[in-house]
Amino acid sequence: MNLVQTPPPSPPPLTAVTVRPSTPAASSAEHPVCIDVQEMDFYYGQKKALDNINIGIPAKLVTAFIGPSGCGKSTFLRTLNRMNDIIPGTRVEGKVLIEGDDIYRSGTDVVALRRRVGMVFQKSNPFPKSIFENVAYGLRINGLAKSRADMHARVEESLRQAAIWDEVKDRLHDSALALSGGQQQRLCIARALAIKPEIVLMDEPASALDPIATQRIEELIYQLKTEYTIVIVTHNMQQAARVSDRTAFFWLGKLIEHGPTDRIFTNPAEKLTEDYVTGRFG
Amino acid sequence: MPERQDRIVPHFQEELEQLKTRLLEMGGLAEDRVSSAVRGVVQRDAPLVDRVLAGDGPINDLHIEIDRRCFRLLALHQPMAVDLRSIVAAVKINTDLERVGDLAINIAEAVRRYMRHPPVKELVDIPRMAEIAQRMLRNALDAYVGRDTDLAQAVLNEDDTLDALKTKVFRDLLTFMLRSPDTIEPGLDLILISRHLERIGDHATNVAEDVIFMVSAKDVRHHAGEESLT
Repeated sequence: MNLVQTPPPSPPPLTAVTVRPSTPAASSAEHPVCIDVQEMDFYYGQKKALDNINIGIPAKLVTAFIGPSGCGKSTFLRTLNRMNDIIPGTRVEGKVLIEGDDIYRSGTDVVALRRRVGMVFQKSNPFPKSIFENVAYGLRINGLAKSRADMHARVEESLRQAAIWDEVKDRLHDSALALSGGQQQRLCIARALAIKPEIVLMDEPASALDPIATQRIEELIYQLKTEYTIVIVTHNMQQAARVSDRTAFFWLGKLIEHGPTDRIFTNPAEKLTEDYVTGRFG
Repeated sequence: MPERQDRIVPHFQEELEQLKTRLLEMGGLAEDRVSSAVRGVVQRDAPLVDRVLAGDGPINDLHIEIDRRCFRLLALHQPMAVDLRSIVAAVKINTDLERVGDLAINIAEAVRRYMRHPPVKELVDIPRMAEIAQRMLRNALDAYVGRDTDLAQAVLNEDDTLDALKTKVFRDLLTFMLRSPDTIEPGLDLILISRHLERIGDHATNVAEDVIFMVSAKDVRHHAGEESLT
């Protein structure tokens, strides 16, 4: 037995990385490209956080972004509904097309964009209101319910979609803050779904949850893809493997590789990806 | 919009079920081919034997497909405990079933050669061996589906009967061959057929051992029955 431990290999310097050019989007007639990102750079002030990102994200599939902390995966996720706009000094170059619309074109209605591209955050953030009101809120401010009955129907539909209806149907007017962490996160998913987005972005949606609640969220994500395009950021590689159809690996602000999840986890094309998914660094 | 159930069945479990179904399909094909090859020799039915010789494709395709499914499930779901044992068992059972399919071909080839000669004797023990080997295979697969260790153990117990019959077939045929050299060639083919049937029993035994390991984490191979992972 070799008792001498060799130190883990350190990641190669950035200059040694062969970044694959824009891989042809793994789209199909059934899953055409929904989000098309072309030659995108992103800056926090002078610091370039994302470098020449090219990716086609297919519709009605789950795409996972993986990579070590600080690799840019969350930053990239937030560029897809212009969530970074609220951070002063940020700048985007290149194009992000959603169904062909350049979302960084001047004159883009950012509120309307965020209606199309919903978001679920790492920490569940229900409003300090009732369960019902949490879901009804978005419908009300967007004027999406035609009547009281329609509002109730839509709230129920969203809660069912988020697989939480049976747990809350008898206490819809209780405070959302009384729910468990996992239930709160599913409520936030219901809230995001209520206004019928086309795309749902999820930033570490299960990282604060226990294994059972995590499994429920993962199954929910897997089921929601029949109706929504889902993009999920996770630092949990196993979670990406379990729930996603496509995986993109980021490293030091670059998109190193993306493709079908089973290929990324069984036979990645890039050495860096292989080193990351096998736990050799990161 | 389709209504969802609040109780979500993990898609991993669904994929495990699909894997089980595909393995059973493969087991059915393998068993059917053994049955056809043996009926071919008993009934001297050349077209039936030819069909066995020609039809290896579906089993080979399933062999590859099942391996890929297992590979994918292991890579993407990192299964634990009984789930891990189920998939490892599936990989091994898959190999055993593919070998049974190959042995059916070996039997069919021996039958084709055998049929060029007049019958050496009325076949009694070889059909019995075929019946036992097929029953062992069927029971091993039933044990896999039902996670039934008692049935798996019954498969293991039957292997000795098959081995004894193989020895008997060999002795009987040796007598014929010593008496009449004309029967050496067809007699050797019958011995080969009995040897292949005995090997099919061995593969069924392997499947049964895998079932016991899958269900109870006990390794009963090579008389390691006292050892356990638990």
